[in-house]
Amino acid sequence: MKGLLPDLDLVRKDFPILERTFDGGETPLVYLDSANTSQKPQIVIDTMVDHLERHNANIARAMHHLGAEATEAFEGARDTVARFLGAPERDEVIFTKNASEGLNLVANTVPLAEGDVVVTTEMEHHSNIVPWQLATQRAGATLKWFGLTDSGDLDLSNIDELITPATKIVALTWVSNMLGTINPIAEIARKAHEVGALVVVDAAQAAPVLPIDLASMAEEERPDFLVFTGHKVVGPTGIGVLWGRRAALEALPPFLGGGEMIATVTMEKSTYAPIPHKFEAGTPPIAEAVGLGAALEYLMHVGMENVHAHEQAITAYALERLATVPGVTVLGPADAAKRGGAISFELDGVHPHDVAQVLDSKGVAIRAGHHCAKPAHQRFGVQASNRMSSYLYTTPAEIDALVEGLEYVRTFFKLDK
Amino acid sequence: MTAANLESMYQEIILDHYKNPHGKGLRDPFEAEVHHVNPTCGDEITLRLHVTGGKIEDISYDALGCSISQASASVLNDLVVGKTVDEAMVIHEEFLRLMQGKGQVEPDEDILEDGIAFAGVAKFPARIKCALLSWMAWKDAAAKTVAEEN
Repeated sequence: MKGLLPDLDLVRKDFPILERTFDGGETPLVYLDSANTSQKPQIVIDTMVDHLERHNANIARAMHHLGAEATEAFEGARDTVARFLGAPERDEVIFTKNASEGLNLVANTVPLAEGDVVVTTEMEHHSNIVPWQLATQRAGATLKWFGLTDSGDLDLSNIDELITPATKIVALTWVSNMLGTINPIAEIARKAHEVGALVVVDAAQAAPVLPIDLASMAEEERPDFLVFTGHKVVGPTGIGVLWGRRAALEALPPFLGGGEMIATVTMEKSTYAPIPHKFEAGTPPIAEAVGLGAALEYLMHVGMENVHAHEQAITAYALERLATVPGVTVLGPADAAKRGGAISFELDGVHPHDVAQVLDSKGVAIRAGHHCAKPAHQRFGVQASNRMSSYLYTTPAEIDALVEGLEYVRTFFKLDK
Repeated sequence: MTAANLESMYQEIILDHYKNPHGKGLRDPFEAEVHHVNPTCGDEITLRLHVTGGKIEDISYDALGCSISQASASVLNDLVVGKTVDEAMVIHEEFLRLMQGKGQVEPDEDILEDGIAFAGVAKFPARIKCALLSWMAWKDAAAKTVAEEN
């Protein structure tokens, strides 16, 4: 199959959990839930253990060997994130606990006034909806929405009505976690920047699969803020990233106050540290940041272009195979080239929970539910869906196992009778 | 999960109730209407309760969800319509005891009838909320009617 990672067998060996079996060894794990969280390679696990065993100390304050080592490891991870994103400057990389915190940070600090407009889309994860609902409600601003076409793309036909001089923020996902759609970030950013709006991009699903090079994007097409989370890029949970353009970050007031985010504190007032530390109050998740650094080094070693090609090959194969199962309807773009690694689908006559439960009895792990994207589900008139999501360790044989599992679901619920 | 566990969860009784739910649809008259949602999966139920003189005349409902939540609403309807609210609370408690028993509870068939089929579901923590959705909605509706009567 063209596009598959040539060393797929070796890549799989890097992920110890893929050896898991159930039912006393009878049922191998078929992990198709990577858009939910990815599995971790041994190098990430080992790096975190090594950090905790040999280098653990608090950072940026401990005047001893270990403190220096921990600080170097933590700041080294920031350098790695900057390289992974192609960030123009490494100090533009802020560590957060996840993508949600990054979005909340921006939504809570960006100035909004009555009459201002924030634009988002119907395909957002709840984490890129709720913070903006809260922010616009607080400010008396208005939240407006890009709709979706029947094929699962953003409907840009009314872009001139949505993006106007009143628009201060355009917040959208790069890749939909439900529909898989890849959105035209550059085109929308260009439009938003023409009216002086800030562009906030949720890259939680994009960072795992798309090569990102912020510095090579034309400035007017580059987002102002971008977030992603560690655990979806083969890193640990508890660590995420907010990247922001220096001037945009500097214009924001601090989000959380506390240790390490100050320049000086008196009883009358405080002044703040420069970015990135201004937005990193308190002791950060140090081992997690170090683990994230190892994860991104791993992905860059495999090569994001190769990861992307692998995803597209697997996604194309999955779309082709799912089409052979009677009663299966795929939501979102039909063309694999326009998608990330998540495919949501309905199986006529069986609720997604029941599909997932029966698949689980065959070792096949998918997600069932609304995937934290209720408005998108509502748009397509479905209450819940099944979602399979692949990653760099997914094999065509695992897609076959899913399809066989779905045939078994059909038999189990007697759909042909 | 083994095939045997799967069979224990999806008992024929459950699948029958799922395919042919009893008492489904919203009907008048009613004294209380509630809407409950399972936030983790989005399953929803709108449930109406019609009580006269302490006796449950009707439970009508419109629900979206998995086989477990749909079958459970159907069994609820079977078990409590025609009973007094107090009798129904006893059934509710027994169903709750079964579902929260981690698969270790021996259910009382005299009280739960078809409801004992849910014993297998109790072994799956992720699905217990599915089974309880309609029962929690019913309890909420009952509390409202009682509050209104007083």
